[in-house]
Amino acid sequence: MTHVHPRAADYGQSFLDGPIDDESELTAGVKIEPGKSYGFFTDTTLCIGCKACEVACKEWNVLPADHAEFSGMSYDNTRDLSAHSWRHVTFAERMDPDDRPDEMPPYQTAWLMMSDVCKHCDPAPCLESCPTGSLFRTEFDTVVVQQDICNGCGYCVPSCPFGVIDLSTLDGKAHKCTLCYDRLKGGLEPACSKACPTDSIQFGEITELHERADKRVEQLKDMGREDAYLYGAPDTPGATGGIEKLNAFFLLTDAPEVYNLPAAPSRSAERLRPALATGLAAFAGVAAVAAVLLGGRRKGR
Amino acid sequence: MSRDRRTPFNRVGEFLNQWSVPRQMRGADHRTDAARSRMSETLRPRLEDADRVGTSICPYCAVGCAQLVYARDGRAIHVEGDPRSPINEGTLCPKGSATIGWMNAPDRLSKVLHRAPYSDRWEEKPLDWAMDRIAHLTRQTRDETFVEALPGGETVNHTLGLASLGGATLDNEENYAIKKLFGGGLGMVWIENQARV
Amino acid sequence: MPSLGTSYGRGAATLAQWDLAKSDCVVIMGSNMAENHPIAFRFVMQAKAKGAAVVHADPRFTRTSALADIYAPVRAGSDIAFLGGIIRYLLENDAWFRDYALAYTNLSTIIRDDFQGPEDLDGVFSGFEPDMKAYFVDSWQYEGMAVPSPRSEHHPQTEMDFTACAGRMSEKPPHRDPTLRHPQCVYQIMRRHYARYTPEMVERVTGCRKETFLKICETLARNSGRERTSAFCYAVGWTHHSTGVQIIRAAAIIQALLGNVGRPGGGILALRGHSSIQGSTDIPTLYNMLPGYLAQPNVNKSHGSLDDYLKGETPPTGWWHNEPKYVISLLKAWYGDRATAANDYGFDWVPKIIGDHSQLPMTLAIRDNVIKGMFLLGQNPAIGGSNSRLVQRGLAELDWLVVRDFAETETAAFWYQGCPVRDGELAPSDIKTEVFLMPASIAGEKDGTFTNTHRLVQWHDKVVDGPGDSRSELWFIHHLAKRLKALYADSRDARDRPIQALNWPYPEVDARGEPDVEAVLKEINGYTCGDETPVGTFKDLKDDGSTACGCWIYSGVYPKEGHNQARSRKADGPGGPGTHLGWAFAWPANRRTLYNRASADLDGKPWSEEKTLVWWDADKESWQSPDAIDFEPSKAPGYQPDWNQKPEGMDALDGGSPFIMTADGKAALFVPSGLKDAPLPTHYEPIESPVLNPLYAQQSVPTAKRWNREDNPYHAPEDAQYPHILTTYRLTEHHSGGTPTRSVPSTAELQPEGFCEIPPELAARHGLRTGDWVVLETSRGAVETRALVTSRLRPFEIDGRAVFQIGMPWHFGWRGYATGDVANVLTSIVGDANTTMHENKALTCRLRPGRLSGGRR
Repeated sequence: MTHVHPRAADYGQSFLDGPIDDESELTAGVKIEPGKSYGFFTDTTLCIGCKACEVACKEWNVLPADHAEFSGMSYDNTRDLSAHSWRHVTFAERMDPDDRPDEMPPYQTAWLMMSDVCKHCDPAPCLESCPTGSLFRTEFDTVVVQQDICNGCGYCVPSCPFGVIDLSTLDGKAHKCTLCYDRLKGGLEPACSKACPTDSIQFGEITELHERADKRVEQLKDMGREDAYLYGAPDTPGATGGIEKLNAFFLLTDAPEVYNLPAAPSRSAERLRPALATGLAAFAGVAAVAAVLLGGRRKGR
Repeated sequence: MSRDRRTPFNRVGEFLNQWSVPRQMRGADHRTDAARSRMSETLRPRLEDADRVGTSICPYCAVGCAQLVYARDGRAIHVEGDPRSPINEGTLCPKGSATIGWMNAPDRLSKVLHRAPYSDRWEEKPLDWAMDRIAHLTRQTRDETFVEALPGGETVNHTLGLASLGGATLDNEENYAIKKLFGGGLGMVWIENQARV
Repeated sequence: MPSLGTSYGRGAATLAQWDLAKSDCVVIMGSNMAENHPIAFRFVMQAKAKGAAVVHADPRFTRTSALADIYAPVRAGSDIAFLGGIIRYLLENDAWFRDYALAYTNLSTIIRDDFQGPEDLDGVFSGFEPDMKAYFVDSWQYEGMAVPSPRSEHHPQTEMDFTACAGRMSEKPPHRDPTLRHPQCVYQIMRRHYARYTPEMVERVTGCRKETFLKICETLARNSGRERTSAFCYAVGWTHHSTGVQIIRAAAIIQALLGNVGRPGGGILALRGHSSIQGSTDIPTLYNMLPGYLAQPNVNKSHGSLDDYLKGETPPTGWWHNEPKYVISLLKAWYGDRATAANDYGFDWVPKIIGDHSQLPMTLAIRDNVIKGMFLLGQNPAIGGSNSRLVQRGLAELDWLVVRDFAETETAAFWYQGCPVRDGELAPSDIKTEVFLMPASIAGEKDGTFTNTHRLVQWHDKVVDGPGDSRSELWFIHHLAKRLKALYADSRDARDRPIQALNWPYPEVDARGEPDVEAVLKEINGYTCGDETPVGTFKDLKDDGSTACGCWIYSGVYPKEGHNQARSRKADGPGGPGTHLGWAFAWPANRRTLYNRASADLDGKPWSEEKTLVWWDADKESWQSPDAIDFEPSKAPGYQPDWNQKPEGMDALDGGSPFIMTADGKAALFVPSGLKDAPLPTHYEPIESPVLNPLYAQQSVPTAKRWNREDNPYHAPEDAQYPHILTTYRLTEHHSGGTPTRSVPSTAELQPEGFCEIPPELAARHGLRTGDWVVLETSRGAVETRALVTSRLRPFEIDGRAVFQIGMPWHFGWRGYATGDVANVLTSIVGDANTTMHENKALTCRLRPGRLSGGRR
């Protein structure tokens, strides 16, 4: 049964004076405080592929539309994360025409849907590769691009093992999910997880989310979902190649590749030296390479 | 069929002007070496800019999710789920999440458009002019088509020449007024909406 | 919703959405809940977290199916065969909740001995008149008495004096046989009727494997009864059929048999698609009803005077016996001081209907030039109306058209972008229609109330003004009323008396002249004439002209001056009962679960501790509940009517009759009156079907409303030219006619183009791949769209042959950022006998690869 948060009773009027104080307590059960680590636990077994996260993100962050054509990729017309799409619901139809299911194990099956997002890696390869200090780790342990510093070098782009960070065609700078940095500062849950109708996207303190996720995996296994596992929690797939954990981590029921996630992501530190220590010439060279790579990728769309 | 499509990319200007991060960065020193820029120091959620916050109910489906509408200087700046609602507890579906996009849709009308008989174009008209003209036409059509009794003598007091369609997206008070004026006042019987179930 | 109305008494969802979280099993059928009501589906997931089973039966494997435990693929239009199979399973396996159903339904009631069913009459019921394509319902009545339906149309087609026969309900209780042995008791009639709905037959008709079907029966039965409750959720996947009302009736039977109605976590949730679609039925902008489910006066009934009307419409027993109070109070609200006892409170001023004036015949009346002037208030029929070409062509026949919306809709643009213009049939210079396109305000820009899918009346605040000349519909109606009253002020014609007499007292509250919405809400709530004090409940309403009330079932929404309950924002926190009585207002009388007296047994004791909602407190001599009680608060469980006194109204219902709106207080498994097509749900094929009815010689429902004409032809059954089933539907990313989502970039890009879904087996036959263009065609028209080949759609084996289904979302049109051909170009104008609801969920079509000629798009 639904019971609203007890503090809702303090706001019994139709008109309010302003935002509800520490609204995140009401919507996510957590008070947001600097110095703690926050992130997302995305439980794909609860995802209904509605894309509320995509819309809530775009409307909050005033991001423009990316695509206006039918992709044919199941119900996914967003296609990928980009400078203008910070949430992306992937759809994977896993239905064998010779064996279409009637009875299914509990929760999401046969048509897999997952809301992808920046992983806010710890440590974050993009941040390590940023020569300007534009990318930084916030007081909420999230990774944010500061556009007032970013010079659009694009060094971060190839460094991201998940293909998340992207240069905008509008201002030439790097953009990606900020985990709603501005909202966190105001005690508000990020727009996407707040909107999520089935709580597939859960926002909270990372350690608490890890506990919750472990319990969820156990619960699912008890229900016969032996296929459930975490991706990006410490010591799980996704937390590999020098990445200790993803602050946005996932519960999956099929191979990572099915969800368009790398099976074993790794830090770019081995591939591209951190830029702050390298000279300007090296930076310019890599930026040029990145621009070529990026240009090619754009044409490929 | 010509495709009358203005690209969604026309939100670009809006993006550059309104997107919270660049908006906050205006005036910031972009050469700072500190990890946290001035933009990051001063960043706040724009909900705090609101001078008026009211409760709305989502205008799409009938689940009845509550929304908080944040406005500043008479313009809605954001709409999101109301955490106090026992229905949605702050959540919203993709449509509900787009409510601010609906309110501020680029194609929203703000003037009455009028198409004269046999004309090939819309023309903007003053609201009062349109209301007067519609009242005149309503009366004229009603008077031409009103039936007080059937040939058999049964009183009907109705007109079959006027029709109204719509209501399932409207407020109860509006539906009440429609039925009262059109039915009880004018004798219209073709009054219908999407709810024929 | 005459289905739920005739079955339980009120045409509305029986439970609150949040109550689904308490269900042990949720059956979703006729609904793609996760896509179209995602936030309601939230509660299904909450139930699931507590171990509930989730069942989805649907022609397509959707995002709802992906989260279900059992998915039953059922051919579009075969729902009654499936549900009838469940009824048979419950009856033959004694899997129904005996104590509940015996006490609270008409299961044991004896029906007249001349009643015969489709078993006896080759697919039709007794009383069928082939020439009229209609039923006389005499033989459907209870033995010895006629039973008025709880719906507005109390006066069904009979050869007897219905009102007089109905009067006998005050003389004695209906004849019942608690042993259920009487051959004409409802139980035995149902057993005979559903005997042929075997699991094998279910498989043959629906295409769903019988193992899957039986698994669903077992799951449902196991999760219902004394300790557990199950809920059904449906939407337009059930209503948009020529048998739509009967599909829902079948679910109503199942839920009453299983004892799931009126109990926590149990019931039937009608998931409705527009923000106030329930409200626009309660306070109807519908032709055949007046506010509060009162009947619109009808020239074909004995409605010649107020007395005749009240005599014919007022049942002798049950709550509806109060009807005269509501009718006269409504007339007082409309005509104020001009409504007096001497002039029948202005009854004659209320226009009488002469037939079916619903949207489908309206469409034809526009085309046929009967209708000259039209208002379109937030509806886009060029996209949403069946047979869109006919709709669009018809608009050109109007003298004038007013469209009120927030953006230019396809309908508003018909005169330069519609089918007839695009096809070269007409040019703008041929079209006489004067068109007004007026900007409308939406929620957030106006005060008012919406009534949600579970009867919750919720206020929304005006926070900002709509842009420019945008105005609310209330502003439009108010200022039109003022102008018309001025135009007619000097008339001496009797025909102009209604507009002169119309009570229009609403003050204007801002610089734009927006009327005071609370003043209208107060009138809807009702008030005492003279001092204008709001009434607290509908029990305060009178039939002597001393009260006025715009919609009696909403009484209590504004119970005191300054107290707008719809605006209340006090939900229950942890430790609270979770009925949220302080959050807005639910009609009637703030009751959250309808028929909640049924959550307790005949003695007034809850069926189970776990599922406690209402109980009788003998010490306090009253019913107790954390909900508002849907029963007389102090009527003891053991109360029996004194039949010697010829009891009327509620006095005639005993203490064990939770369904207070029905004339006998019981849920109607068998419906004696109020329905035009059947007293028991019966499988008929859709009007257009690729197969012959495997169950009966009668192919489709004989009472369906058909308008077979040159511009609206139908396909014959098994028509080889149109071999495939077509079903139309919504996507989560778009809303109805699409204007509110196709005009908004953030939603438009999610589904930016129209498409159709095709099973790979059919695609292979045509060499089609995803992304290819295809043409879908019916005798009404053709569309081109993209193919999405997916195993989520499956071929069916029906009655031994392969049948393919194609699915097409109907949101798309040519305006906005997300565009596509209009699916409703393919559909026809054909309607359910009771509601005239169209049949857009199951029709036939043909498919070919390629595009339409002429370089369209």
